[in-house]
Amino acid sequence: MAPAERRLEGIRSMKHKVATTVNGRRHEHEVEPRLLLVHHLRDNLGLTGTHIGCDTSQCGACTILVDGKAVKSCTMFAVQAEGKSLTTIEGMAKDGELHPIQQAFWDEHGLQCGYCTPGFIMAAAYLLAQNPNPTEDEIRKGLEGNLCRCTGYVNIVKAVQTAAKTMSTAPARKTTVAAGGN
Amino acid sequence: MIPAAFEYARASSVEEASNLLSKFGEDAKVLAGGHSLIPLMRLRLAQPSALVDINGLKDLDHIKEDGRKLRVGALTRHVTIQNSSTVKEKLPLLAEIAGEVGDNQVRNMGTMGGVIAHADAAGDYPTLALMLDADIVTNQRTIPANEFFKDLFTTALAPDEIVTEVVFPVATGAHKYVKFRRRLFDWAIVGVAAQKMNGGWRIGLTNVGPTPVRATAVEEALHKGAQPEEAAQHASDELDPAGDLRASPEYKKHLARVLTKRAINQAEGRQ
Repeated sequence: MAPAERRLEGIRSMKHKVATTVNGRRHEHEVEPRLLLVHHLRDNLGLTGTHIGCDTSQCGACTILVDGKAVKSCTMFAVQAEGKSLTTIEGMAKDGELHPIQQAFWDEHGLQCGYCTPGFIMAAAYLLAQNPNPTEDEIRKGLEGNLCRCTGYVNIVKAVQTAAKTMSTAPARKTTVAAGGN
Repeated sequence: MIPAAFEYARASSVEEASNLLSKFGEDAKVLAGGHSLIPLMRLRLAQPSALVDINGLKDLDHIKEDGRKLRVGALTRHVTIQNSSTVKEKLPLLAEIAGEVGDNQVRNMGTMGGVIAHADAAGDYPTLALMLDADIVTNQRTIPANEFFKDLFTTALAPDEIVTEVVFPVATGAHKYVKFRRRLFDWAIVGVAAQKMNGGWRIGLTNVGPTPVRATAVEEALHKGAQPEEAAQHASDELDPAGDLRASPEYKKHLARVLTKRAINQAEGRQ
């Protein structure tokens, strides 16, 4: 490698500070710009509940909430999360009690191998924050960005319907999901 | 898959972003929603030397109208466009198209300016911009859409030029976007947009060539009183689409004709 190229490599690998609040806890790290948010969560913060499924932004297994909006964390650089509030699957259960969406996936057996489940639960959390009482069609459309390769969609849809029911009758939980469209 | 290393800078103004692009040279790219760029970088089909992050430029995230024109800021996310009461009222076809881009997660990040500047042949907004004679406003000038899209992933933008706004005409007549794909979140195999406007039709085609296509032969046939089915036969006139994994050139031409008929019929409330 020529000296000029080596210098460029150095500049491009220069680390940037990224401060985030993840599931209510503040973290500060120095990261390379090319580090994807999902790798930051898994490798730097040890939050391995967020899965990597496809690496092509299609499967939704890595879905998390960024300032309340569902986002594929494999399609965002960690540096872009500077100053943002993130919720991952690990932030859903509170005080040892499953979130109603998690409970509904359990009760309705909304999973087979379980690999896609964290992403589905986070996408469902966003969907229900936008539309607390969705029809089956709206659920299917709302989860279009998540793939289940076991093809267990029937029970996943059922789980979201059940969660919608529980959440509309249960006392409101403190959630960090955006209510607005933007 | 891990992208190649790059320099990263956050811009706090359009001017600063443009200066950073000049400084980094022509291998630098703007990072907006990142939902085309980051996948390409992960596959290392793109290896920009530097990214200029414009996500902090909140004044580029806006929707304004003055009765004749609808101005959509470059950083406006698809979800905002899809849900905007202003867009639904002044250019409902745009709200419909925004709701058909990708999926919820993609629509939360992807932007108007990103789609326009990326100029993917399968992008949906470029078709609408072209067929409605929209203007692409940059930090340097205003470019009519029919001079903006030059070739596959190639636009009239200079290396340090940044799209700031896309200006559409207000159009509230019959309209429909038919996006043909195998899965809901996919890009269009072929897409057809139809908008009734100023007493005539505007028809635009997605993914049937390196740039979006305005189906003027269909528009003229409709203007002369042809029935949708008859007019739609002209949708493939002069088309020379490239085949890809999903569709052969012949199939794309077939789809252009069939979907044009459907778009016009559905715009007018027929099946």
